[in-house]
Amino acid sequence: MTSLSSNTLSRWSTDELLCWVLRGTAAIAGTIVLLIVAFLIVEALPVLHHIGLLRFFTDPSWHPVEGLYNLTPMLWGTLFAMTGSVLIATPLGILSAVFCHYYAPPALARPYRRLIELLAGIPSVVYGFWGLVVLVPLIAEIQPPGPSLLAGILILTIMILPTITLMADASLANVPQQYVRGAAALGLPRWATIRGVVFPAAKSGLFTGVILETGRAIGETMAILMVCGNVVQIPTSIFDPIRTLTANIALEMAYALGDHRAALFVSGLVLMAMIVALALAAEWISRGRVYG
Amino acid sequence: MAKTLSRLQNPREWLALVFVWGAAALVTATFCWLLGDIIRHGLSHISWTFLTAPPENAGRRGGIGPILVSTSLILGVCLAVSLPIGIGTAVLLAEFTSDQSLFGWMTRRSLDILAGVPSIVFGLFGNAFFCKTLGLGFSILSGGLTLACMVLPILIRSTEEGFRAVPASYRLSAAALGLSRTTTLVHLLLPAAVPGLLVGLVLGVGRAIAETAALIFTSGYVDRMPESLLDSGRALSIHIFDLSMNVSGGDANAYASALVLVIMLLAINGTASWLATYGLHRKVVTV
Repeated sequence: MTSLSSNTLSRWSTDELLCWVLRGTAAIAGTIVLLIVAFLIVEALPVLHHIGLLRFFTDPSWHPVEGLYNLTPMLWGTLFAMTGSVLIATPLGILSAVFCHYYAPPALARPYRRLIELLAGIPSVVYGFWGLVVLVPLIAEIQPPGPSLLAGILILTIMILPTITLMADASLANVPQQYVRGAAALGLPRWATIRGVVFPAAKSGLFTGVILETGRAIGETMAILMVCGNVVQIPTSIFDPIRTLTANIALEMAYALGDHRAALFVSGLVLMAMIVALALAAEWISRGRVYG
Repeated sequence: MAKTLSRLQNPREWLALVFVWGAAALVTATFCWLLGDIIRHGLSHISWTFLTAPPENAGRRGGIGPILVSTSLILGVCLAVSLPIGIGTAVLLAEFTSDQSLFGWMTRRSLDILAGVPSIVFGLFGNAFFCKTLGLGFSILSGGLTLACMVLPILIRSTEEGFRAVPASYRLSAAALGLSRTTTLVHLLLPAAVPGLLVGLVLGVGRAIAETAALIFTSGYVDRMPESLLDSGRALSIHIFDLSMNVSGGDANAYASALVLVIMLLAINGTASWLATYGLHRKVVTV
């Protein structure tokens, strides 16, 4: 529909009023992001002023009470957990979507899709709780202490799997039927069709799915807080406990004061920057730059 | 697809078949393991008393009565704020702005980013803005408002889709009859867009109930029965978190609370997908 202002035929003052009310609500909805960024910056400014950004990466350790603010172990924790889970969840999720579309008999495809939707609906705290009481003891039997990077990766994988599966499912559904029929007419077997015809055609949707799941993996807090052990260190093995940026905020916010509190807002800003970068990447992909 | 031809031709096809079925089986098995575990351990503890009694001994014994009340109050605040803003924005985006306009484009982009903001960042923001700057403290009100910011993108997206699913002929006929756009909106478009709105509502409620990280520093931990919206109240998800992390021996009640939460969410998601399947395609409206 056209905007109201260009509609010269409209004679009603209620329309004018309504349009301004709607613009007001949209302005509120649109400014929330700006408000979030503004508050993060305002709350983070004192510590950025005192010690500068550089010391968040060069300080010897994270001991905020003594004025040492090294965020690198947490950054590595977030990166490792994210990379691990994305690496496992992406193939599993894409194969799940392929299963729904090209392998499963129709009687199985529908319930399977429903199951993935249910997985998407289960709250992170339930995943975390299950990981804590089931997965962590299992990992402890293999290699103590149990709460570890591995537990975090596994739980994150289960959590982000529905995101990539549902996105991949939607983009496979958008592949034109005649591509597949053409491949069948050429005598291509099933997997060759999927790999050579379907995947290239669905590439942009698959990439968007990967970006969305990466965003979820970075932002996840509760589940990872419950299973990762939360020791501030750069892990040397997959069985070492780690602490992520998000878990760090959740753990210390309760008692943080002054510069310590501001330092937590700095980590919030770092998270926000990662998410904005991912959103830009998704925008770039959706404009079709990946094709080629 | 040419099933009979493809099966035996080369090992790569076989391998793909095994991997695809294997992936599906693995996901299904994990899901059944998780859900089965929670049902098995949780079901025996759920009773009417569990749902209504206050928690005792830091939640080790007793029920979740006040926690359910706090959860629904937080949800109520969240919806009371997010519904008008969400519907207004969706109407503006779907009906009153062209896709090229700068205002519409900016609102859309900012909502896209909002949808991806991690929940803990919402928690930081809520703590700084609602609790400190607006002086609401740790309260149900702060928690509900924080959640309202969080569910807005979901709410707006599905409501907008609901409006876009209304056929253009409705608007043209209304315009031809000389109806004002307000009348058209209230009497024609809104009733026709209700299914989309409901899907958004249900998905938003689902996201709000599942949320933990955004609530820890906004609505707080207090597990007493809340007396007003300015009291701190503990949401169900925070109760599960607290029982499993901070209270030793709280596992049994944590299982039961988790089962309550999962049942609520499954019911909500079931409603959403039912509405999306059967509601959105219902084109005929009686005015």
